[in-house]
This record gives sequence, C-alpha cells and structure tokens, in this order.
Amino acid sequence: MADVAVPSTDAATALKRAQQGKGYWRRVWERLREDKVTLAVIGVLAMLLVMVVFAPWFTIHDPYTGSVLRRLKPVGTPGHWLGTDEVGRDLWSRMVYGGRLSLLAGVVPVFLALLIGGFLGILAGYAGGLLNSAVMRLTDVLYAFPSILLAIAITGILGAGLQNTILALTISFIPPIIRISESVTTQVRNLDFVEAARASGARRLTIMRYHILNNVLGPILVYATSLISICIILAAGLSFLGLGVTPPSAEWGLMLNNLRQGIWASPLVAALPGVMIFVTSMCFNLMSDGLRQAMDVRL
Amino acid sequence: MTQAHAPMAKEPVVSVENLHVRFLMREATVAAINGVSFDLEAGQVLGILGESGSGKSVTLRALMRLLPPARTRMEGRIRVAGHEITTMDEAALRQVRGAKVAMIFQEPMIALDPVFTIGVQIAETIVRHEGVSYRAANKRALELLEMVQIPSAARRLKAYPHEMSGGMRQRAMIALALSCRPSVLLADEPTTALDVTVQIQIILLLRQLQQELGMAVIFVTHDVGVAVEVADRIAVMYAGRFVEVGPTEKVIDAPGHPYTAALLTSTVLGSAFGRRLEVIPGMPPDLRALPEGCSFAPRCRHAEEHCRVRMPPESTLSPERMTRCLRVAAGEIDLPSPNLSDRNVTRP
Amino acid sequence: MPRPSALLAVEHLTKHFALKGGLFGRTSALVQAVDDVSFTVERGETLGIVGESGCGKSTTARLLMHLIKPDRGSIAFEGQTVGAAEGLSHRQLHRQMQMVFQDSYASLNPRLPVAMSIAFGPLVHGLAKAHALARAMELLAAVGLDPALFANRYPHELSGGQRQRINVARALALEPRIVILDEAVSALDKSVEAQVLNLLADLKARFDLTYVFISHDLNVVRYISDRVMVMYLGKIVEIGPADRVYGDPQHPYTRALLSAMPSMDPRRRTRQAPLSGDPPNPIRPPSGCRFRTRCPLAEKVCETTPPALLALAPDGARRVACHVHVPGSGHTRAAARGAA
Repeated sequence: MADVAVPSTDAATALKRAQQGKGYWRRVWERLREDKVTLAVIGVLAMLLVMVVFAPWFTIHDPYTGSVLRRLKPVGTPGHWLGTDEVGRDLWSRMVYGGRLSLLAGVVPVFLALLIGGFLGILAGYAGGLLNSAVMRLTDVLYAFPSILLAIAITGILGAGLQNTILALTISFIPPIIRISESVTTQVRNLDFVEAARASGARRLTIMRYHILNNVLGPILVYATSLISICIILAAGLSFLGLGVTPPSAEWGLMLNNLRQGIWASPLVAALPGVMIFVTSMCFNLMSDGLRQAMDVRL
Repeated sequence: MTQAHAPMAKEPVVSVENLHVRFLMREATVAAINGVSFDLEAGQVLGILGESGSGKSVTLRALMRLLPPARTRMEGRIRVAGHEITTMDEAALRQVRGAKVAMIFQEPMIALDPVFTIGVQIAETIVRHEGVSYRAANKRALELLEMVQIPSAARRLKAYPHEMSGGMRQRAMIALALSCRPSVLLADEPTTALDVTVQIQIILLLRQLQQELGMAVIFVTHDVGVAVEVADRIAVMYAGRFVEVGPTEKVIDAPGHPYTAALLTSTVLGSAFGRRLEVIPGMPPDLRALPEGCSFAPRCRHAEEHCRVRMPPESTLSPERMTRCLRVAAGEIDLPSPNLSDRNVTRP
Repeated sequence: MPRPSALLAVEHLTKHFALKGGLFGRTSALVQAVDDVSFTVERGETLGIVGESGCGKSTTARLLMHLIKPDRGSIAFEGQTVGAAEGLSHRQLHRQMQMVFQDSYASLNPRLPVAMSIAFGPLVHGLAKAHALARAMELLAAVGLDPALFANRYPHELSGGQRQRINVARALALEPRIVILDEAVSALDKSVEAQVLNLLADLKARFDLTYVFISHDLNVVRYISDRVMVMYLGKIVEIGPADRVYGDPQHPYTRALLSAMPSMDPRRRTRQAPLSGDPPNPIRPPSGCRFRTRCPLAEKVCETTPPALLALAPDGARRVACHVHVPGSGHTRAAARGAA
C-alpha cells in the first residue's frame, strides 16, 4: 500500500460529511427525553438549585433574626407563610438558606469521593496484580465500617462544622466508589477490543485514554449519583446529632433537631425540614434511577 | 425412518395453519413469521433450514407458546398432539409443555438448573407430570441416562451440570426432554455449539431415539450437512416463511426455490479451493419493513416484475413438494443441481 | 533451524496455565494448553489450524501475538528472534503481525466510531491523526464499505458481517505481513461467511499477505488453506499440504475428525460415530500419546512414549505424530527399523 501523502481536503471533508452515527451518549439522551418522571424530577431539582443559590431574591426575612414574640407561629401566618421556628426566625428563609448547606454537604462529598475513589479504583482495575490487591484490601478494611458510624467517628474526633462533615462523608463514600470503579474497569479490561488494542502495540496509558475511560465513566457516574441521595440524609443526620453544621447556621438536619421542642405547639412547622430532606433525597434517587435506565441501552 | 404414505385419515401430530407472529417493539413492529403452514406425522423428522433472522427459532417457540406474551401477537392455528395451543390457557399449557411436547436447545445450560443434580431434575419432572413416586422416578431417570448413552450413568445421576462436559450436558438435556415420553420433540440447533466429533454422536443418538420412540421431531438448523443427516423432509425458511418444503433428497438434489439453490451453492465446501465462492448478493430483508411481493426478489437473479407484485402463494410441485416461487411453479426456470455430494471430496 | 523461506518460525512453544486452588492460592493443577509446538509459516501461504475444544489453537494464536507470555519456546520472524536483544521487539512484531478475533462485536470499542477504531493502530505507532484517519477511510473502501456511509458509524449500528470487515480493516491498518484469523468467520451466517472469505482472498492477493487461519470448521479450512495443521490437546498431530492431509489423512485423529463431518448425501448418511465421548480435559492429559484413550490403534508403546512429530515423506512436507509411522517404534503396525 502506497504511503499516505498529506491528506487532501477530500479525505478530511469526506470524514466530516460522512454519515453521522448515533453514539452512545446521544442514544442515552434520546431515551432520557422520553422519560417524563426523570425529566420532572430534574426540573424540581433545578428549581431548588436556583432558589437556593439566589436565596436573597426568594426570601423577605433575614434567616438569622429572631423574635421571641413571634416564636412557633403556625403555617399560614401573614408575613411568614411557613411559620416561624423556636427562636422566631422565618421558617421559609431558614429553609431556603438552609438548602445551601444541606445541598453542599450532600453533593460535595460525593463529588470529591468520585474524584479520589474513581481514580484509585480505575487505576487498581487496570493495573491488576499487586497494586490491585493492595488497593482493594485497604478498601475492604474501610468497608467494614457502616458509613454512618464511620462518619460519626470522624466528626467525633475532628469536631463539628461544615468542613469536617464534608471530610467525614467523603471518606465514607470513597470505598464503595473504589469498589465499583475497580469492578467495571476489570470487566472492560478483559473485553476483546482492549486485547485488540494491546495487539496493536499500544501503551497502557493510550489504551486507558481511548478505550477504558469512555466505557467506564458512565456506570461509575450513575452509581455516584445514586449515592447523593444517601449523602443528603447522612449529612442531615450528622447535623441532627450535633456533629455536623453548628448553630446559628441554617441547615435542614439542624433545624429538625432544634424544632423538636416545638413539636407540640406547631407540629407541621416542626416536620417541614424533614419533608424537605425527604423530597430532595427522593428526587436525587429517582434521577439516578432514571439515568441508570437510560444508560442501560441494549446495544 | 419415514412412515409409508398412510391415508389422510390419520391425524398429523403437529398441524400448523397460517401462523403469523409479530413482535411489537418500541420503534416498529417486527414481522417474524408471515404465514407458515405445515403438518407433521408421528415418526417423521422435519428439518427447518434457514439463516439467522429467518424465523426458525421463533417458529419452535411459537409451537409451545414460549414467546413473551406482552409483546407478541400470534394468529393462526396450532395443533400439537391433539391440543389447540393457540386457545389454551396458561395452566393447561404447562401440562402440555414437557409432557407432550419437549424442547432441546443449543445451550444445555438454558434447560439445566445449575443448583440441582441431573438426577433430581429429571426425577422432579417425571413426578410432576406423571404423578409417580420419587423412587419410580429415580429408576426411570437412570434408564433415561443409559438410553442417551451417558457412561457410568448411576454415578452421573448425582452430578451437577457444571461437572459434566459439553457433550454430556447435551445428552443430559435430551434425557430431561424425553423423560415424560413426549410425542413431539422440538430441537433448536442442539448441535451448533458442539465439536464436530461430538456433533455426529448427538445426531446419531437423536436419530436412534426418534426411531425407537416413534416421536415426531422438528429440527432447526442453519447447517446443510446437519439437516441432510437428520431430516426426512426439509423446509427452507426465509423472512418468516417457508419458501420450499419437500423430501430431503429432492430438495438437496433439485432445489425448488432460487433461495434454496443459492444457499446450497454458496455452502463452503473444500472442493471449491482456489475458486471464488458464489455469494447471495445483498442482505436479508428488514423484518420491520418487508417489501411487497416475494421477499427474496431483491436478491434473486431470476426475479421478474410479477414476482414483486405480491407475495407468491404456496404452490405444489408434486404431492410432497411445495414452493413459493412463481416462476418455478410455472416451470419457467430450471434451477441448477448443486451436486453437493460430488463436491464434498473431503469425505473418504 | 528456520528454513530460509519461512516468514515465521515457531520452536517448542509451551504454555501451561496454573489453576489456583486451596487456601493460599497454591497451584493445584496445570492446564497444558499448548505443549512443545513447533511449526513454520511460509511466505505468502495460508496455514490452516484445526482442532476441537481444548486443542490449544486459540492459545497458540495468542502466544504468536504475544498477548500471552509463553512458558518456553521462541518465535522468529524472518529469522530474527522476537524478544531477544538483537532481534525484534514485541512492538515491532505487532507492526508485522495482526489478528482478527471471533466476536465481531466485542472486538470493537462501542464508544468509538469505526473509523477511529481502525485508525487507532497507526495512531499508536506515531502517525498523525489526520493521516491515520485518511488511511482508515482507504481501508474501509478496500474492505468493501463506503467510507461516506460507514466512517462515523458505531459498531452497534452495523451487521455482523460489516463489523468483521471493520475488524479486518483494523488488522490491515498497520500494514502487517501476517494476519492471524482466529475463528474470524465462525460466528457469521453462511452467506455472509462466503462474502468475507472472498474478501479475504482479494485482500491477500492485493496486499501480499500471509494468513494463519484458525477454525473448527473443516470445510472452510480446506477451502482457504495451502497447508493444514491439526492439533489435539495442545500438541500438533499432523501437518502438511491441505489436499494431502484431507485426501489421505495419516493420523488416526485426523481420520476420525474428517469422517465425523456430516454427510451431504441423504442417501449415504453416517452410520457410526468415528469417536466416542468428549475431547478430554487438558488438565490431566493421558500419558504418552494424548490421543491413545480414544484411538482405535492404541497399543502399549502409545502409553509409555509420546510420539514425536516426524516427517512422513522424504521432503518433510508432511509430518505426523504417530508411532504407526515410525519404523522400529514398537507398534505392531509400524515397519521394522531400517525398512523403507
């Protein structure tokens, strides 16, 4: 076969004009578009995100100013449509501002765990052998602890506060992500096309870049998304126990704890933060489910 | 092997009339079977020869109504061993499956449960269908394993499927299928995944068992050689229809449909060394959008205008032969004899 | 000594897989997948390798491609030993020898357009991306697929035959001299198989290739091969020109294999299976000649001494590993020592 000269415009444009195939992500998107439930849930979460980020625009009262006179007003009080908490602060404002910390503590740990755990897991899965054994046995040790106990232990040692909460939760979520990353990577590594890539003499990093990553990131991402719903509940739980966010910051779990004393006076108000935790966690759960279904494309 | 041509007073053990099967998928409806009719007498072996996508496996599963009910639409009449399969309810069907009609598969692990020993699986089937005691069933299981020529049968009764080799698993699956003395055996490519020396053993075993037990067998395969070894009659299937049916020798020596002729000539045989192979041009039709007229016409070198107008009906070439080719039925074309037996110089 | 015309010379290739068992992962058994296999591949020929499950033909292919490391033995390409200091490196060998796998779908990265899959090899060996893609387009045309229609498609959008053409194009992208086809047409429909075989013949002539064709389908191997090598339980039992091995098989296993093929004549159906039972387990192969447990001609000497692969005809074109053909071996059917 003659040497290939500098490609004429013909070859390059021919490639561009060649009939586009439907790649994997395009098909995932198409399936997602038809899934009304998941779209609705994503809409709800997007709305929540907007309200939480632009909190000052959505609230009238200052979440930190309280008034003993206006304690535990019920839902529907003029001026405070969701009532007030036990120190007289407007509940709606507290909820919206609280959403910032709750969401932060719910999403950031998973994101960080994804970066660290994903990297370690993919590395272990691809390398195999001794490195794999070392990483996986270490993971097994951490896995032995139930995540909530691990989180409590870490915050117990380090003390309360948003940063320590995020740190503790990140550490709790790294082992499961390592496990799933390693598992998926090992599966992909044994497929024929990776062997074919090795047979063309490619180096390991090249194979990783072209063949492993694009097949592995999808499932790992979906799994991580499913962890967010758990993380939100754990973060709220830690704050509820006093090990997470500290007062006077607004955070749903913390609010739930503080409002316990008012449960006889205004039960609806006392339950609202819990409802919020539930709804948000549920939405993330449904979203990750929908994503997983959309990605389960029968190729 | 073949019954003498008995008068039609004897009812065929399998009778299919105008079977249509469609699968309703997300994007389109797949017309898997489009008008299949045939009769099968007891003691006869019908070989269904076709490539993937021709509908041969779907036909078998339709005979036992094993297709997913939510997505499948079946029309036509199916009568097996005296039962009207199309109108029976699930409970009655379960009585028939395994007892009157049995099926063997390409992959024995489909039929065999990995967590039970072979002996237990066979005995359980017998007890369930025939209601005898476990002792009697176990005795019969031993007899069955000996019948399918598994060595050290008594020991193998206690073996798990994964402890057996491929050929032995196949035999165990056949034993399981025959445990309730079915009158019809459906075989879905049971030898395709086997090594050549094991394949011929299983083929001979099936022939022998079929003769001894007088079963009617429908044997699906894509391998011409296997069909020749096993079948009394061959039905060639294309795009969900039988394009030709006839006695094996007649179909092989003098095919009655251009697809059969093309399939036989393009069969790779060693004697063609050094020569270009004849191929059937084009690709099989998309079952979601079948063309008007004869489905083979786009690839047929004998196709004419009137072939594309509408689907050719079944025409009889002789009392035993049917073809769906208008031109062959009218005697307009002469299909070449592929002379497979001459070309196959590899057999000593 | 590798013969001068041999493109590839394989000597004493051996691979035993260890089965780990027990509490501490000790090796409990050895799967003798490939055992002391030596053969050559001549320039411009098609060498067919046949055998049943467990015979080691796929392992041999992977050993040739260095996808698995052999326990013993050497491979020499054009006289240069692979892996030796002065010889060819493995990376260089991959420029000369490529492989097409059986599973057309699993052989392609589902997330890459097929043109990228084809271009990957040249890319890896230093060709610029634009050049690599241009070569991919040329190869698509060479295997009969219109680049305008197929270059940007994904594997799941193609049929089995089309995918296998892509795999062939991918194998040719590095301009190898030898292409190993490991059951490359086995999973295809018969009519598609014929198309791909025609394509392989065209490409061989056009690009001056040498093929190693591995298959369990005896008809296809006979059709495509110049020489044929028959393997059983990790050893070569017979090797020689295809027409002679098929027309006049000398090893009892070859004879059994060939007569086990289904008859094409309904009037002359097979009456008896030539071999009984399944191919035995490569974990504990029989002592001496590995075929002796199923061989109709087995005798005492077959149990004690493994037969060597020795030349039959004076010119060494045919070799058989059977005591019957070794004068003075002690087998009752063998000629006495010194006899012609």
